[in-house]
Amino acid sequence: MSTDAPGRGPDGQGQVRQIDLHRSRVEWLRGEGRLSDVVLSSRVRLARNLAGFPFPNRASRSDRVCVLDLCRDRILNAGLAERMLWIDLHHAAPIDRSLLVERHLISKQHAKGKLGVASGGPEEPRGVAVAMPHEQLSIMVNEEDHLRIQVMRTGFDLADALREADEVDDKIERRLDYAFSPRFGYLTACPTNVGTGARFSVMLHLPALKMANEIDKVKRAAGDMALAIRGFYGEGSEAVGDFYQLSNQTTLGKAEHFLLHDMEHEIIPRVVEYERLARRQLVERRGDLVADQAYRALGVLRHARLMSSEEAMECLSRVRLGAVLGLMPGIDHQHVTHLMLVIQPAHLQRLAGREMNQAERRAGRADLLRRELASVT
Amino acid sequence: MKCDHCNNPAITHEVTIQGGKKIERHLCKECSKKHNIDPAPTNAVNQILSNIQAMQGLVVPGARKGAAEQARPLKCEACGMTFADFKQHALLGCPECYVQMESQLGPIIERAHEGATHHVGKIPRRALEASREGGGRRTVEAILGSARERAERVSMLRRQLEEAIRAEQYERAARIRDEMRSLGEAEAEENPA
Repeated sequence: MSTDAPGRGPDGQGQVRQIDLHRSRVEWLRGEGRLSDVVLSSRVRLARNLAGFPFPNRASRSDRVCVLDLCRDRILNAGLAERMLWIDLHHAAPIDRSLLVERHLISKQHAKGKLGVASGGPEEPRGVAVAMPHEQLSIMVNEEDHLRIQVMRTGFDLADALREADEVDDKIERRLDYAFSPRFGYLTACPTNVGTGARFSVMLHLPALKMANEIDKVKRAAGDMALAIRGFYGEGSEAVGDFYQLSNQTTLGKAEHFLLHDMEHEIIPRVVEYERLARRQLVERRGDLVADQAYRALGVLRHARLMSSEEAMECLSRVRLGAVLGLMPGIDHQHVTHLMLVIQPAHLQRLAGREMNQAERRAGRADLLRRELASVT
Repeated sequence: MKCDHCNNPAITHEVTIQGGKKIERHLCKECSKKHNIDPAPTNAVNQILSNIQAMQGLVVPGARKGAAEQARPLKCEACGMTFADFKQHALLGCPECYVQMESQLGPIIERAHEGATHHVGKIPRRALEASREGGGRRTVEAILGSARERAERVSMLRRQLEEAIRAEQYERAARIRDEMRSLGEAEAEENPA
C-alpha cells in the first residue's frame, strides 16, 4: 500500500503540492445504482473520539497535533484501501480545501478549521484521509470529533455503505482506544451525535415535488420521523438544483441495523415513490411543459455566455429530470450529473489551470458548459 | 416552514409550555427581532436548552435539590468545561464531561433523542473481545454497563421487539432477539450458575 501526503514535504512542513483530483469522475456521483432516478447518492458517517483526549474544541494545540499524528499513522497503516491519500488541511491551499468540499470529501466546517463557536481557523492542525482511486471512503481528523468516518455510494445503497464503514471502524479501533460509555455509547463532542454516532444520509433529486409545491409536506413528514433535511452541501447549505439531503437526527437508543432497516424499507422508498408519482402526474398532465422546461434549460446551458453556479445547477437539474423521464433521448444523465461537479468554483479553476474571480468564473463556467454540451442534440 | 406573522421563512421556532399546554411560535428574522427573540440558537441542542430554560418554572416531582447543591457551579474536573459553557456552545469538552455532568446532561440527551436514555447498537469490538477472553466482571461492566444499565437496555429492546412483532417485521425482530441474547450472554458469563 502506498500513501501520498500532498500537504506535507519530507520534513512534514509546508511544500504544498496541488491535489490532483479534479479530472477524475467521482464514483458515488455516477448517477447509477438502485433508485437512481431519484436517489443520487447514499452516505454513512460515524463519529468517533479517542479516549483520554479532550474533544477538538477543548483540546490544546499540542493535544490536537498529538491526535492528528496518532490518527494519521493508524489510518494509513490499517490496510483500509489499496492507496490512501492523506492531506494535512492546515498546510493545504484554500482552493484545494474547496475542491475537497465540492467532492463531499470534507465538510465546509473542516475546510475552514472551525472548532467551536467562533474559534479555530485555517491553521488548526487537522486532516483528511481519502481512499483512492474511487474516493468512496474519507476520514476527517480533528473536525468536531476526532474522527469522522464517511462512506459514500452511488444511488441508494446505505447497506453497503454501512458495511464498509463498520469494517473501517473495526480496523481503526484495533489500533486506537475509543471514548465509549455503557450508557451513552460512543461519546461525541455534541450530544446530538452520541450513541451509535451514525448518521445515514441520502441525496435526493426532488424536482417534481418542488414543482408541485409539495416540498413543505416532505419537510413536515421528515420532521415527524426525526429526520433532518439539508441542502446539497450538508449542514447550513441551501437546496440548490432541487437536491435535498435527508438524514436521521437521533443516534441514541436505536441500533445501526434498525436505523438502516427503517431508512431502507420504510422512509426512503416512500419519499422516492412520492417523487415518482409527482413525476408521473406531471408528465401525464403537462408533459409538454416538462419537456419545454428541460429543453429551455438545455438551450441556456448550450448558449449562455455568463453563468452563475446556482443558475447552472437549476438548469442541470431540469435537464436531468427531462433525461431521466426519457423526454430527451440525446442526453446522458450521468454526463449531466458529472457536470454538476465540474461547474463548482474550485473544479472550474483547477480545470482552467488558473485562479479566477467571480466574474471570470461566470464566463469560464458558460464556456465549459458550451464545450461539454456542444454535441448534444 | 413559514413565519406566523408574514410569508417569510421562519428561522426561530419556540416551544413554550404554559399550564400544561404546548404553545409553538415560528418567526422569521424580522418578526423575531420585533418580538425580542434572539435568533442565534440554531441547532437542536440550543433549541432544547432554550426550551428547558422556558420550563424552569415548572415543578418536576422528585427533582427538589438542596440550595447548596444548586448554587455549586457545575464543572468537569478533567477538562474544566462548565455546564454554562456547554449551554453557550452546545459542545462538550471531553469524554469525561458525560460522567461528571451526567445528571444535567441526561434530560437534554433524552430530549434530543426522542426519549432514548441508553445506547443500543455497536460496541467497540476489541474491548468486547478482551472482556470475553477472561476480563471478568469488571471489564464486562466497563463495556456493557452495570447490571441495572443492562436491564434498562433489555427492557428498551423488549419494547422494540414487541413493536416489530406487531408490525410483522420478523427480520427486524430476529435482530432484536440477537441483541438481547448478547446482553444475556454477558449476564451469564458474569454469574456462572
